[in-house]
Amino acid sequence: MLKGKQSWVFSNRPVIAASAAVGGPFEARGRLASDFDILHDDLWMGKDSYEKAHTLILEEAIETAIQKAEITKEDINFMLAGDLVNQITPSSFAARSLGIPYFGLFGACSTSMEGLALASFLINNQGANKVVTGASSHNAAIEKQFRYPTEYGSQKPPTAQWTVTGGGAAVLIDDKDKTGKLVTTSATIGRVIDMGISDPFNMGAAMAPAAADTIIAHFKDLQLDPSYYDLIITGDLAKIGSPIALELLHQEGLQIDSAKFKDCGLMVYKEDQQVQAGGSGAGCSAAVLYGHLLNEMKKGTYQRILLVATGALLSPLSFQQKESIPCIAHAVSIEVHP
Amino acid sequence: MAKQKSPEQKRYEKIEQKHEAKRPVLKNCIKAFFVGGSICLVGQAVMYFYMYFFHFTEQTAGNPTVATMIFFAMLLTGFGVYDKIGQFAGAGSAVPITGFGNSVISAAIEHRTEGFVLGVGGNMFKLAGSVILFGVFSAFVVALIKTLLHMWGVI
Repeated sequence: MLKGKQSWVFSNRPVIAASAAVGGPFEARGRLASDFDILHDDLWMGKDSYEKAHTLILEEAIETAIQKAEITKEDINFMLAGDLVNQITPSSFAARSLGIPYFGLFGACSTSMEGLALASFLINNQGANKVVTGASSHNAAIEKQFRYPTEYGSQKPPTAQWTVTGGGAAVLIDDKDKTGKLVTTSATIGRVIDMGISDPFNMGAAMAPAAADTIIAHFKDLQLDPSYYDLIITGDLAKIGSPIALELLHQEGLQIDSAKFKDCGLMVYKEDQQVQAGGSGAGCSAAVLYGHLLNEMKKGTYQRILLVATGALLSPLSFQQKESIPCIAHAVSIEVHP
Repeated sequence: MAKQKSPEQKRYEKIEQKHEAKRPVLKNCIKAFFVGGSICLVGQAVMYFYMYFFHFTEQTAGNPTVATMIFFAMLLTGFGVYDKIGQFAGAGSAVPITGFGNSVISAAIEHRTEGFVLGVGGNMFKLAGSVILFGVFSAFVVALIKTLLHMWGVI
């Protein structure tokens, strides 16, 4: 159901039957290693290109989530997924091997929540019984496309972020028995916001205004107070973008407690890992949410969270043509059903 | 031409500047200086090696020296070490001939998955192409100027 200008309330409360997170070698040495279902030792993952390994990440995330939900892929009505690679080939090739009717999505690093919002809408409005949604990224495949060859000796500035090699997926179902289960309750779809940042090594600062815009719209549309949520977590604003977003929110009168305002990009790696400002990538928010955060919710650490995935909608070409970086953020709320 | 910022964007720029981690320029310059200098020192040693152990003169030793330095860059790039040096040294490892070697070699390694012709061949000079183009063109211009000045008896 539409609420306010750009939000949906899911009164039928789609149930997250299961979720899974897959990661690479760097993530295996990171802070959330124990919350990953599958961790790979190297970037090739037994495949003969980084792009093929990227496809494997999403396949594994989806297959593991389906397995954990104790259903088969034939039971799934739709698959909603995306990534950062040109023409989203890793997601499309994963859809090929999974054989599930497929919506390919592009929201850059906000794809995970774009997918969860649409998947929730489908289940809530009887458009599907079982849906799987996910997002993924692969550091080497994406560096190759957006920046430089992985072995090139360029110096990354302190504002740069590290693309996560990983992905996550969740199976959403229409389940009458919801007691104690994780459900999606609302979503806010973001607008494209461009505050003139044009440095692709400063994505956090480019995306912060979009995150703030969507969060403000969410609380306005749903007429809620930020204290409703135990945690508001952004996708990949990291060290630079997260404090900027918090300042923008405070300026708009949303008194969000900084202890309850976290970021997936800041959670995934340890201090000694050379990631400059923090993690990023379509797989960042997906791997952290569909692994660590949902695990924490099952343990009872959080009852209600708002996940705001943020994406930078640039291309290598747009940067060369002196364009600034337009960004978008999508928010989905997940609660433990009483 | 960079776009003009709107008033809203200019206001945001102020907020962003407060939080942006600034590049440590002085520290980077010092690191670049020492690493770049060390690479040149190695290059000089290689040049002397060719001059005293083989029959190269100061003029002709340049060729095998450059080839050897690029060979070292190839080993360091292939072993995954050059990018770590690059993160530390910045221009110090990018500017010397080893940096040029690294740009070509890293691109060649990266695009092996797309085959030799379109992949490796088509992408190898993605980064180094400008160096070659502008290097050759500026050499041409300078040579032309020198020739004209010589013809007119100025030099």
